[in-house]
Amino acid sequence: MNANLLPSGSVYSFVADTSAVERHTLSVLVDNEPGILARIAGLFSARGFNIDSLTVSETEHEKGLSRITVVTEANLKVLSQIKLQLERLVPVHRVVDLTATGKSLERELALVKVAGQGENRVEALRLADAFRAQIVDASIDSFVFEITGKPSKIEQFIALMVPLGLVEVVRTGLAAIARGPQGM
Amino acid sequence: MAEEMSGAEMVIRALQDQGVEHIFGYPGGAVLPIYDALFQQDKVQHILVRHEQGATHMAEGYARSTGKVGCVLVTSGPGATNAVTGLTDALLDSIPLVCITGQVATPLIGSDAFQECDTVGITRNCTKHNYLVKKVADLPRILHEAFYIAASGRPGPVVIDIPKDVQFAMGDYYRPASHTSHKSYRPQTEGDHKAIEAAVDLMMKAKRPIFYTGGGVINSGPEASRNLRELAELTGFPVTSTLMGLGAFPASSPQWMGMLGMHGTYEANMAMHDCDLMINIGARFDDRITGRIDAFSPNSTKIHVDIDPSSINKNIVIDLPIIGDCNHVLEEMIRIWRTRTNTSREEELRPWWHQIEKWRAVNSLRYKGSDEVIKPQYAIERLAAAARDKDVYITTEVGQHQMWAAQYFPFDLPNRWMTSGGLGTMGYGLPAAVGVQVAHPDALVIDIAGEASVQMTMQEFSTAVQYRLPIKIFILNNEYMGMVRQWQELLHGGRYSQSYSESLPDFVKLAEAFGGKGIRCDDPKELDAAIAEMLAYDGPVLFDCRVTKEENCFPMIPSGKAHNEMILPDTADVGNIIDDKGKVLV
Repeated sequence: MNANLLPSGSVYSFVADTSAVERHTLSVLVDNEPGILARIAGLFSARGFNIDSLTVSETEHEKGLSRITVVTEANLKVLSQIKLQLERLVPVHRVVDLTATGKSLERELALVKVAGQGENRVEALRLADAFRAQIVDASIDSFVFEITGKPSKIEQFIALMVPLGLVEVVRTGLAAIARGPQGM
Repeated sequence: MAEEMSGAEMVIRALQDQGVEHIFGYPGGAVLPIYDALFQQDKVQHILVRHEQGATHMAEGYARSTGKVGCVLVTSGPGATNAVTGLTDALLDSIPLVCITGQVATPLIGSDAFQECDTVGITRNCTKHNYLVKKVADLPRILHEAFYIAASGRPGPVVIDIPKDVQFAMGDYYRPASHTSHKSYRPQTEGDHKAIEAAVDLMMKAKRPIFYTGGGVINSGPEASRNLRELAELTGFPVTSTLMGLGAFPASSPQWMGMLGMHGTYEANMAMHDCDLMINIGARFDDRITGRIDAFSPNSTKIHVDIDPSSINKNIVIDLPIIGDCNHVLEEMIRIWRTRTNTSREEELRPWWHQIEKWRAVNSLRYKGSDEVIKPQYAIERLAAAARDKDVYITTEVGQHQMWAAQYFPFDLPNRWMTSGGLGTMGYGLPAAVGVQVAHPDALVIDIAGEASVQMTMQEFSTAVQYRLPIKIFILNNEYMGMVRQWQELLHGGRYSQSYSESLPDFVKLAEAFGGKGIRCDDPKELDAAIAEMLAYDGPVLFDCRVTKEENCFPMIPSGKAHNEMILPDTADVGNIIDDKGKVLV
């Protein structure tokens, strides 16, 4: 029996759950109707699932469809429950576990505000260039960079900006899509 | 053909088109247009309740005893919030309901208007689906879709929240042709053929098989119960059932093992523990059933038939899942079994049945009788004896009396047993009995109650009086919240914190004050005559049956233990059985 599939507990007994936690990206195709985000978020909180990142936007206007990208951390048993519980919601068309089904592309956008002068300012510009970040706003003593990439790249860029005068960051959360010719 | 009418008229027309004959509800400011439309027709009869929770439980009782969708109509704000308990109850027990709630006019939504609440927000997690209708043009589709969603797949409650301006607005009413092409909702009803064949293969080889059936068989319709009986007869396997599934298989059959789980029979639980093949049909491995999951039926291969894919592997790891409607899967199993063999497997199963008979001989439902006081188990047995050969429907509240009813009242037919299983809602039984009696005016409808539970929705006795519904409320009055007291005895050193029913009303006078009949009995020798008097009375009765005060409900799988570690009726020193680890569990 797969140890990861062992149940985690019941009201009779709490079995310490030692199975490995994995981070998975789920793509959820839904009807773009009022309250759909609350429905998805409510399901996660009601059943004690984690949300690391959640991105929602309408993707097919004529059909009224939205694509939700959820990043969650759980063991395999809980991941399977998350998928099945999402599919139970009436406005949910499909749920694909992009992490489980193979290679997928993951991208995120961040706006990073850095304030500083002199050597720090030059260094920030140099690093932004190395990371292919765009300058979208500039003043005498500040920049706002726009950076796109895998979350790990964005994390790294932000870490480098900290000693150079990082003021604040906003991130879009993850957008993900499967590689290859097939659609969802 | 489209026809112009107001939103309120559409609601009533849609109910008529869906074949709704009864709706349970309570008026208020935000639903007045719908009540006005209701007033001007006579196809849909409205049952006026005393509290909206009562309306939801009545609709549940109605739905469970008929297989139809139960309908509720309430106003905004408190009307909707009072309905929440019943909606949650229906969600947990998979009961099809459509609950229409009034809402303040759309321009007022979000302004904290009088009697405004966020109904769709509040009910999102306690319904299968819900709608806020913002345009009258959407109303006909939503009304009909709501019935389809409530009744299809795994059934459940659906809320339609209709703002008052939408009820007044004029629009075109139409009845959609079909919902089978719903854009995202497509329940799977036909089980995978290969999986069913594989299941039959396992069933042909099993040496210690057991059918573990649940509410899914009832929800699948009476045909599913007939097919379960046929399959059990063909295979010769023993059958046990959850609380929700009682009646799907006849208690009079020699293959019937009794209910399983926390207060199930010794033979059912031991057979679940020791079986080599478990065939779960329409049950969900609830924690009341499994006991300690790391010790649950350790050596069996597990087949699970369920219409809801998320039930598979949720609590227990399944070897062979079959997603589909119970009736369809049972039909297929019978058909395939017949193609494989026409001889009984009686000989191979003999050692298993021999073992089961040994467990049965333990007689785990035995209790000490008394000439002095009425034992609650005895009261149920006498009630069952008096109701035998009658067209009887039983509802219950929640607690010890509920378990005793499940243990001592035998059911031979589906849809005859209405109880709050998943949510465990005290106060369910009396209004549920009203709903059952509305659906079956000539039947004998009995709520087996406790004196604590029944007071939670006592006011609905007035509804029964108003509509001349001759429900019988049989209260096992032990002056305690009995199950709470039992757990306090077992887990908390007998410190009965707040579990004594202080200042009880005089139930006989109370019944009379409502305009019904009250009967009291505290003598086992007079019990039969008192029950006969109750059954003979043509009107609602409150029966105050005074029983032993500190009786425990046994057998019992104590918390933190496995199926084969049951407490039997005459176990001494029950206070020390549950260890500290077990005490934190529910």
